[in-house]
Amino acid sequence: MVTQAKEHLDFHSLGLTEDRRVIIPEGKSYLSGGGLWSWVFTLDHKRIGVMYLASILTFFLVGGIFALLVRAELYTPDIDLISKLFGLDAEKAKDKYNEFFTLHGAIMVFLFIIPSIPAALGNIILPMQLGAKDVAFPRMNLASYHLYVWGALFFIGALLMTGLDTGWTFYAPYSTTTVGPVAMATLGAFILGFSSIFTGLNFVVTVNTMRPKGMTWFRMPLFLWGVYATAIIQILATPVLAITLLLLTFERVFGLGIFDPKLGGDPVLYQHFFWFYSHPAVYIMILPGMAIISDVIPTFSRKPIFGYTFIAYSSIAIALLGFLVWGHHMFTSGQSPLASVVFSAITFSVSIPSAIKVFNWTATMYKGSIHLNTPMCYALSFIFLFTIGGLTGLFLGALNVDVHLHDTYFVVAHFHYVMMGGTLIAFLAGLHYWWPKIFGKMYNETWARVACVIIFIGFNWTFLPQFVLGTHGMPRRYATYEPQFQAGHRLSTQGAFFLGSGLFLAGGVLLHSLLKGKKAPPNPWGAATLEWKCCSPPTTQNFETTPWVGFPYDYSDFVYDPNEEGYVEVLPDLARSAKH
Amino acid sequence: MIPHLTLLAAEETTSLIDWWNSLWFRPQSSTVAGQVDWVFNFVMAVCIFFFVLIVGMLLVFLAKYVSRPGHKPESSPSHNDKLEITWSVIPLIITFFIFYYGFVGYLDMRTPPDDALEVKVVGKKWAWSFQYPNGAIDSELHAPLGQPVRLVMSSDDVIHSLFIPAFRVKQDVVPGRYSKTWFTATKTAPEDNGDSFPDPDEGGFDLFCTEYCGTSHSQMKAKVIIEKSDGDFLNYLNKINDPRNGGAPVEVGEKLYNRRGCVQCHSIDGSAKAGPTWKGSYGTEAELVTGEKVKVDENYIRESILNPMAKVHKGFNPVMPTYQGQLKDDEIFAIIQYIRSLSGTAVEDWPARPEAPVVDPNAPPKN
Repeated sequence: MVTQAKEHLDFHSLGLTEDRRVIIPEGKSYLSGGGLWSWVFTLDHKRIGVMYLASILTFFLVGGIFALLVRAELYTPDIDLISKLFGLDAEKAKDKYNEFFTLHGAIMVFLFIIPSIPAALGNIILPMQLGAKDVAFPRMNLASYHLYVWGALFFIGALLMTGLDTGWTFYAPYSTTTVGPVAMATLGAFILGFSSIFTGLNFVVTVNTMRPKGMTWFRMPLFLWGVYATAIIQILATPVLAITLLLLTFERVFGLGIFDPKLGGDPVLYQHFFWFYSHPAVYIMILPGMAIISDVIPTFSRKPIFGYTFIAYSSIAIALLGFLVWGHHMFTSGQSPLASVVFSAITFSVSIPSAIKVFNWTATMYKGSIHLNTPMCYALSFIFLFTIGGLTGLFLGALNVDVHLHDTYFVVAHFHYVMMGGTLIAFLAGLHYWWPKIFGKMYNETWARVACVIIFIGFNWTFLPQFVLGTHGMPRRYATYEPQFQAGHRLSTQGAFFLGSGLFLAGGVLLHSLLKGKKAPPNPWGAATLEWKCCSPPTTQNFETTPWVGFPYDYSDFVYDPNEEGYVEVLPDLARSAKH
Repeated sequence: MIPHLTLLAAEETTSLIDWWNSLWFRPQSSTVAGQVDWVFNFVMAVCIFFFVLIVGMLLVFLAKYVSRPGHKPESSPSHNDKLEITWSVIPLIITFFIFYYGFVGYLDMRTPPDDALEVKVVGKKWAWSFQYPNGAIDSELHAPLGQPVRLVMSSDDVIHSLFIPAFRVKQDVVPGRYSKTWFTATKTAPEDNGDSFPDPDEGGFDLFCTEYCGTSHSQMKAKVIIEKSDGDFLNYLNKINDPRNGGAPVEVGEKLYNRRGCVQCHSIDGSAKAGPTWKGSYGTEAELVTGEKVKVDENYIRESILNPMAKVHKGFNPVMPTYQGQLKDDEIFAIIQYIRSLSGTAVEDWPARPEAPVVDPNAPPKN
């Protein structure tokens, strides 16, 4: 096993002199000092990011517990576990199950995945990658977090009131007629939408106006490209969700006939509105994940990213084409067959930019020196899982196959491979990648990698059987099922608990590092992007001295220094170049 | 549509394909199923190729270029337009073929033959009902083997979705509009072979609701029974057409109460909904909007079902639709017996009659 970043050629064996070392001055950590108030009303993008991080991880835990409850119930065909656990009769227990999968989906989508990479990691990293002190609008950034908290409170309110049983999609007319606290939950989602818009707006302006001298569009780290493309979708698509949820609330509260046919509305219209946001939202979730992978793979391969321009353009292509494919969620909904055909055709075109990225990431490793540190292990796991997630999308884009597979476990498995195997794994890659920078502590590499392997195995164990369940016709959102499906469900449930243990281990390793971890050097992985050119953790100002802006994927000037247990940037040999 | 692999011995080919198909699917039991599975297998071949390619490259690169003492990254071009355009265009061409085959199969799925037998489907929380051309209604879907069947579907409440995995058909059932799908069964479902392990589709093809619709969504299912011949199908229609096959009059009356819409407006627990409750109503005196009084007996109930506007109960709006032509005499009799049972009055058995009526299934519906 290759140990932590040990380069064969280090600072000393290369005979480099100390005067060529770029010194990064230590400063007072942004984490230290100040009471509770200095956090709640901070304008520091890093503190806001850390608060986001703590919040989304809490909700990930809550959403994950609901997932495990759902999986545990599905271990047997009948509704037995929930009725025993909560002392309910079968009817009430089924209602409970429906609430559990609704809360799992709604919490994971609105409170975890959508803000996970942009709002938590992006908030911390984006200004630093620009060599900037903060985002363009720090107050708006703070407002975005406060809105997130309020939105989350409404969500949790709906949770405590119980009875929210619409599924995360809030399909009308079910959602306009059920007894659950739908208005409260949609109000929560409405507020969360604004939080998302604020973040997006901030990022677009920041990237457009605050790039340092020397960083042209095509010398930007690909993480910025990805987050920028995401921000555009957030700004353009989220208002549609807001309007849709508002209309839904009007219908529920005032009886306006918009979606319910009994009032003269059209339920399929709701699906058009909903997916017009929610399909682009899928790219809000996955693009930042791809962006992290585009930064992690070259760093740990010690090679420039292969095909920078194609990756950058493919992010924009995905963002734009993503707006034109929402109808592929509705092939069996009763939309016109012509619409289905058009949507199917465009859907296939959006698969190409994703394929390009996967090929480019793989090609980046060619002739590199691959360091299997934890972030790289997650990145490799991402390529494997995202490839499965992306390829299984081809089945669902094909019209007649989708008619068979729609709303079955095949779809469930597909989007978990993309959302969890893709975004969550990329988030974990990013979290492990930037952890030393954010908190200034190194975690235990061995245990972090063990967790990564458990998560990888547990994930496939959970979701591979679901593809087979789906093709055999197991419908999704079923509290009970035919006994013929039990073998698959058992495997899936066992896998889910194994996966859960891996996630707990990963969390434990990271928490342990906060208490007992070694101090992190400024640049433990030898990355060339700007966020590594300040101390770990950074000061409130981020940069004490203005960093030198080079190509973000040129690693030739970064050399390992065993004394620092990290990489140092070396200045060009001025004396020598003067002689020539 | 499964392509023949002539290189392998014919038997081996069949068993290999059978094994593969049984891994993924229920046996193909409709005319469109073969095409769906063919496109699925085609996409699967594409996926396996790219998956092996990508993961294979990943593993080879890992093995060759993993960091170790003495190993240095070598320089190589950081982009190659020709290569990148190639790996953009080839997948694009492949996806075009996937789109095309899916599209062709979809057209077949959405175009029912002209001679299709029409069955009306109503979905409501949480049951399906199927109405045949002769007007008979059942909670199971029966159809003759090899006969195209067109389902014209509507919902009474929220969105449902009708899914028959063995036939590979699915269509949402949306309130406020009719949606349609069709199938031609090519197989009858496997018989219950008596073992304790439940096989898929045993004793009738599974029919599921696949659009989430609330508490008992997972129990909104039915069986599809494919009759071996037209004769068998006719016998079935005759059987369900006679209400007396449903059991004692009170039981039949209760089923009709739940299935034919009475339950929407008439309670059986004494509470008033849009119409008067049935509990304890039999034998009482009802006051009409005209001020007259009338005894609630067989004649009054029968008249209220067939001509609801004739004598409207005071305190209720005249909103009940007529059931003239929709309920048979035996069914009205059964409902009356059910109402009697709710009032603690003695109930009667079916009255004698000479013989069961014979119904032509191709006759237009009575309503």
